[in-house]
Amino acid sequence: MSNRATNLLVPIVSVILGLLVGAVIMLASGYNPLEGYAALWNGIFGDMYTIGETIRQITPYLLAGLAVAFAFRSGLFNIGVEGQLIVGWFAAAYVGVAVELPKIIHLPLAIIAAAVAGALWGFVPGLLKAKFHVHEVIVTIMMNYIALHVTNALIRTVSDGGDRTESIFASASLRSEFLENLTEFSRLHLGIVIALLMVGVMWFILEKTTLGFELKAVGFNQNASQYAGMNVNKNIILAMVISGAFAGLGGAMEALGTFEYVSSKGGFTGIGFDGIAVALLGMNTPLGVIFGATLFGSLKYGALNMPNAAGIPIEIVEIVIAVIIFFVASGYIIRLLLLRASAKKKEAK
Amino acid sequence: MSFLDVLYFIIPSAIFYAAPLILVAIGGVFSERSGVVNIGLEGLMVIGAFVGILFNLLFADTFGAATPWISLIAAMVAALLLSLLHAVASISFRADQVVSGVAINLLAVALSLYLVKRIFDKGQTDFITERFSRYNVPFLSDIPVIGPLFFTSVYNTSFFAIGVAFVAWFIIYKTPFGLRLRAVGEHPMAADTMGINVAKMRYVAVMISGALAGIGGAIYAQTITNDFGHATINGQGFMALAAMIFGKWHPLGAMGAALFFGFAQSLSIVGSSIPIIQEIPNVFLLILPYVLTIFALAGFIGRANAPLANGKPYIKGQR
Repeated sequence: MSNRATNLLVPIVSVILGLLVGAVIMLASGYNPLEGYAALWNGIFGDMYTIGETIRQITPYLLAGLAVAFAFRSGLFNIGVEGQLIVGWFAAAYVGVAVELPKIIHLPLAIIAAAVAGALWGFVPGLLKAKFHVHEVIVTIMMNYIALHVTNALIRTVSDGGDRTESIFASASLRSEFLENLTEFSRLHLGIVIALLMVGVMWFILEKTTLGFELKAVGFNQNASQYAGMNVNKNIILAMVISGAFAGLGGAMEALGTFEYVSSKGGFTGIGFDGIAVALLGMNTPLGVIFGATLFGSLKYGALNMPNAAGIPIEIVEIVIAVIIFFVASGYIIRLLLLRASAKKKEAK
Repeated sequence: MSFLDVLYFIIPSAIFYAAPLILVAIGGVFSERSGVVNIGLEGLMVIGAFVGILFNLLFADTFGAATPWISLIAAMVAALLLSLLHAVASISFRADQVVSGVAINLLAVALSLYLVKRIFDKGQTDFITERFSRYNVPFLSDIPVIGPLFFTSVYNTSFFAIGVAFVAWFIIYKTPFGLRLRAVGEHPMAADTMGINVAKMRYVAVMISGALAGIGGAIYAQTITNDFGHATINGQGFMALAAMIFGKWHPLGAMGAALFFGFAQSLSIVGSSIPIIQEIPNVFLLILPYVLTIFALAGFIGRANAPLANGKPYIKGQR
């Protein structure tokens, strides 16, 4: 079996194994897995409304996945997507509430504000990595908590002690009547267009620009890149800034499309962490991210139907996602097993 | 309120908040000293908290006042089993240890909430009836100044946590086992050449970290929240991770850092009734541990160097 084929098989095998483990757990705790997965299926594709909501759920996952994948390609592990997304969410909502401008200016302004906020949150770990060789994983985890507490405090200040901002002005909203009518008034918004556009942007940067070439080179081998005359530090910072901007845009989707406000949070949204799963499953390629985001976004939204339709707690889907991540991470063993299996086939011939 | 009164108020509550952090941070020290990054501490704490509370609720009638302590053992075993998953992935399957840790975190929260809903048919458990209780240490609490600071209305678990820190220091720095543990984390190939079983050492280290994180989670749940729900453990595992780094991967350093973070946490909670501190916006106290960790890593507060082979799977024969 060719290397490429095994690489493609690892995520697929992982997804199947994840769903199997989920079925076993449902069975062991006295639920019917067939009913459970049927409820999940209906929760994703039941009618136009659920399809619209599923696509809405996929939107931020696309951007979170892009953010993680982009950093990965430059050899960086951005666990801080969650925090960057939260500050982006706040920035977009703040711009949406604070001023009223013509839509043609207001909407782009709010979106850019989110991207800049996320980029800034990514800049800090990037700078520390480049200048002080501090591992980005720990810094980004810490930045997540700082983002959570700081935005909560800011929301309280902006809303005079309340726990959510006003709803944004219509001129900053991503909602579209056309999409709502098409999907029986789901909250599907134009963000999906932006997210897909960004998939193209990531592909373009990585494959068609000198910057992308350098970023990938730094990801493969920092010393060789340095020797070839590339500015490794600059590339590390840039990678984190661009990754943070993608994550910030993910926050804008929630602020300007789904919720149209920002409320203070007791814990994380989880979108940023799921972004890690999306990127891993998609092997850190732009196209793969579409696949990963579609799968996880659908699972997440579809799970909401499981308690009503089959009486199964929605957490079963989280378990499935965790197991999938676990198996994708352990790709080495799956590859080994696949190789053994194909070797045996050859012997048999 | 005089200065001493303020101290009498804050110090006991700081130690109270620090106890679980100390245990979990020490667990992190064991794992990372052997070369396995353990981001899954948060998840291991969650499982510990869940199993601790569940066991407590189920067996409170059987064991009476001893229930919380026996629950700790149950929590320890459960978290140890979950940490095995991380060990298998990161040591035998050569998985990315950070990713495997993220999976552990997701899995722990999902699995425990799933079981809570299955068993209790609601989002959180009932409140436990048998809990750790405060007491005054006889004689010692009568000592002026020190008595009210450290020995009045304390939990036994706090002494336990501090004791574990010293035992961990002894094990890691004064025993052959500790020497091997550190060798495996710094230079696994050299250790392997000297006949140390790298994989076995790392398995043991990860299991110790799981056990301690489980106990830490169960102590947190049985002293602070007294029930289990989705927000019971909310970042304490990551704060313990921060304490471990701030303490420079040293058991006593980690204990010191955990005490300091406990201090910051208690300030952010009880600070509103203390003059001067009232004036500081709460958010600064909340983010203090995280900001300090970043500063520590950036070398503003002395250099913090991770064990050399931390996070790298050991593959025999590979240079």
